[in-house]
Amino acid sequence: MRLGKVIGTVVSSTKAKGYESRKILVIQPVNPKGSFTGTSFLAIDAVQAGVDDLVLCIEEGNSARQVIRDADAFTVKTVVAAIVDEISS
Amino acid sequence: MKFGKIIGRVVSTQKVESFEGLKLVLVQPLNEKLDPAGDAIVAVDTLQSDIGQIIYYETSKEASRIIEKEMNPCDAAVMGIVDDINLTSRK
Repeated sequence: MRLGKVIGTVVSSTKAKGYESRKILVIQPVNPKGSFTGTSFLAIDAVQAGVDDLVLCIEEGNSARQVIRDADAFTVKTVVAAIVDEISS
Repeated sequence: MKFGKIIGRVVSTQKVESFEGLKLVLVQPLNEKLDPAGDAIVAVDTLQSDIGQIIYYETSKEASRIIEKEMNPCDAAVMGIVDDINLTSRK
């Protein structure tokens, strides 16, 4: 999984099947200390994550479908699977 | 899944049979500020996107599933056309 910060949301009315009525979040990858690293990407929200949340993202289709649990969502691959409360290292 | 901008169409007559009838678009990957981020790719478009539009695309096996046919070789597909992006102020 990847650590990321939710930095925005995407509004789009024309979408593939399985993406309707789902929030699309803009994720900025972060290192464990929280500083930005790498390029942003998009993910389907599955845990009501909001802007500025620190989250865990999965970028793998089989897991995505288990998270989304919708027969139509067979084209989903990148999802937000958890909101991170704390990282201790 | 990433933002992209449709920057062209790709036409091919000599191709694998399963590409028959598929619209292929040239996509420039973008970051959240809509600056170019990486090399252009070619994706399948089933959402009738137009040149210049900002879209988002997905890759790998899931992309091919947008072609609901038995044979669907493809590893990138447009999954939505962006109407608006709301970013937090600080980055």
